[in-house]
Amino acid sequence: MYRITKAEKLAENIYLMDVEAKRVAKACEPGQFVIVRMDEAGERIPLTICDYDREKGTVTIVFQVVGAATELMRHLKTGDAFQDFVGPLGCPSELIHEDKAVLKQKKILFVAGGLGTAPVYPQVKWLHEQGIAADVIVGAKTKDLLIMEKEMEAVSGNLYVTTDDGSYGRSGMVTKVIEDLIESEGRQYDLCVAIGPMIMMKFVCLTTKKYDLPTIVSMNPIMVDGTGMCGACRLTVDGEVKFACVDGPEFDGHKVDFDQAMKRQQMYKTKEGRDFLKAKEGDTHHGGCGNCAS
Amino acid sequence: MTTDVLKKVPVREQDAKQRAANFEEVCLGYDKEEAMCEATRCINCKNAQCIKGCPVAINIPGFIEKVKEGDIAAAYQVISEASALPAVCGRVCPQESQCEGKCIRGIKGEPVSIGKLERFVADWARENGIKPDGAKEKKGKKVAVIGSGPAGLTCAGDLAKMGYEVTIFEALHEPGGVLVYGIPEFRLPKEAVVAKEIENVKSLGVKIETNVVVGKSVTIDELMEEEGFDAVFIGSGAGLPKFMGIPGEQALGVFSANEYLTRSNLMKAFDESSNTPIMHGKKVAVVGGGNVAMDAARTALRLGAEVHIVYRRSEEELPARVEEVHHAKEEGIIFDLLTNPTEILADENGWVSGIKCVRMELGEPDASGRRRPVVIEGSEFTMEVDTVIMSLGTSPNPLISSTTKGLEVNKYKCIVAEEEFGATTKEGVYAGGDAVTGAATVILAMGAGKAAAKGIDEYLSSK
Repeated sequence: MYRITKAEKLAENIYLMDVEAKRVAKACEPGQFVIVRMDEAGERIPLTICDYDREKGTVTIVFQVVGAATELMRHLKTGDAFQDFVGPLGCPSELIHEDKAVLKQKKILFVAGGLGTAPVYPQVKWLHEQGIAADVIVGAKTKDLLIMEKEMEAVSGNLYVTTDDGSYGRSGMVTKVIEDLIESEGRQYDLCVAIGPMIMMKFVCLTTKKYDLPTIVSMNPIMVDGTGMCGACRLTVDGEVKFACVDGPEFDGHKVDFDQAMKRQQMYKTKEGRDFLKAKEGDTHHGGCGNCAS
Repeated sequence: MTTDVLKKVPVREQDAKQRAANFEEVCLGYDKEEAMCEATRCINCKNAQCIKGCPVAINIPGFIEKVKEGDIAAAYQVISEASALPAVCGRVCPQESQCEGKCIRGIKGEPVSIGKLERFVADWARENGIKPDGAKEKKGKKVAVIGSGPAGLTCAGDLAKMGYEVTIFEALHEPGGVLVYGIPEFRLPKEAVVAKEIENVKSLGVKIETNVVVGKSVTIDELMEEEGFDAVFIGSGAGLPKFMGIPGEQALGVFSANEYLTRSNLMKAFDESSNTPIMHGKKVAVVGGGNVAMDAARTALRLGAEVHIVYRRSEEELPARVEEVHHAKEEGIIFDLLTNPTEILADENGWVSGIKCVRMELGEPDASGRRRPVVIEGSEFTMEVDTVIMSLGTSPNPLISSTTKGLEVNKYKCIVAEEEFGATTKEGVYAGGDAVTGAATVILAMGAGKAAAKGIDEYLSSK
């Protein structure tokens, strides 16, 4: 069992937890993820690593309530435990393998959308620890859904917060901020790292392509085992089939087939996908869709 | 009980119609009377060929002799000297091409039903609480075993019996490997059989740590240098599922057999109380002809679908066990043989709507010795399906080979291991099973685990 040492609500439907997992805390690097399972009947849920404390042996996860499993998970409190917590999975961010001197010369822009703020944080923090200040755009639908602003401020160079409805910070989508920064505020970047909902990453990539700005994205498709065995997380990158869990989760965003990836993500992950599956199955629907089962 | 000595004592099975709608075990096995009767058919050959056909060299006439006498406990001890997983092997080994394939009885009639006898003995021992004998003395050395599938469990069990301190590291949340995520409940019950066999291995002193992905959570070098393991056995299994590379494979409703089976078996998606979803197709095409294809097809059938096996060669070349093909047919699986998919069609929402195929005929034998399937010109047709399950085998997972210094892989990315004892190119590290051979069978993996245990014992004894 993996004990929860801290459980906190960050925003409506968004929760943060510190979990004791010594092996994961020792081995993980920015960019990697874990899979958790709450109990015996639980789904395996992939979650990005938001932070880690190698000495305490804890890993910080942040999740949003999107379905039956995360709805149950949000009720976990300090002192409770996860049945399973495995990782780190996937490849670390390429940044950490780059030559430090080269990296220091680079102007890096991070673009975090919604829950994507959580996996962006350890990368920016890691760069900060190397003495590199990266600019960060954090976008949220509205002020109340903004997370980790203070933490991000402490480790980033310039932090630009924007809300879709203009209730806080700048107003509008993250893509607008990218355009403003580059076109009217004289900022120049050598690399962009965008993490958030697939639709956001798609439009960030369309935007950065205009400026020939290389862009890394972190994909979050459906997964089962997370070790390469099932192939559920496959996606097309530059015309080739890749497995997000072993080849990724980070890919060259300009080469990812987002439309296909978004379609594949619908299958069980969203209410629409699940309802559609139910309608499609008709008489042969026996539950197990995650909606009517539990 | 009287019997035709040329024929096996028939084994009871769940009726085909009934079982096609449930996940309970198909074969019901022998009872003691039936087993003792079947045992009398063994003529106890001096130079027993059946033992040579067994990858773990069970003393087959030896245990059958004990069954004949009605001393099942003694029969169990004979088997467990050689095999850590008899209840599993009795169910999933391809006996017709191994022990039973060599049986002298098989020349004139049917061979002795060795598999069913093994299964009976193992089940009886479990029901009567008999455990395998453990080590008499400890060696004071530690061995790490990576993967808790058939290779890992066998290697760990053998090493523990020799007195080594063994820890198995398993990536998934449950031990058992393919026995748990791959082979379905109706062929190999998880709670009643697999979990109990694993308990037996643990009762020998083997520790199992789940949720450890070696290569990610910890490396082999760290296990040896920081955690004090004197030797390592890699039995990490086959890995990444293959796809055909045809258009439409990313459509919704296309699964690898691994994904489909893992959802159903490991995550229990067939059970309504599980939170893990699985698609219940109405008409399913399973592409491939191996045991995994049969398992996926029979699972889809039980979830309510009309199921077609689509295989590019003919029945004769089907790589699946004869018994699995026979069971699949009995249950109503439709075999579209000499048929090969060329494209998967999707509807406007991206869901599978059909599969385009061509008819094949058999030409000259290829490198595998099997006649090569050749496309019949102009034979293209479309089959309406809503689900496609690709069961084309797997390619090795690079997680371990790419993170271990000095571990060589071959051109197929399989770990290079010397055949006799499984030694790899890295000192103290042994490997066996699908990680070395590519996808094969449970018993071959067990044979490799057993050989590596011998190799590791020799290595550590001489150190």
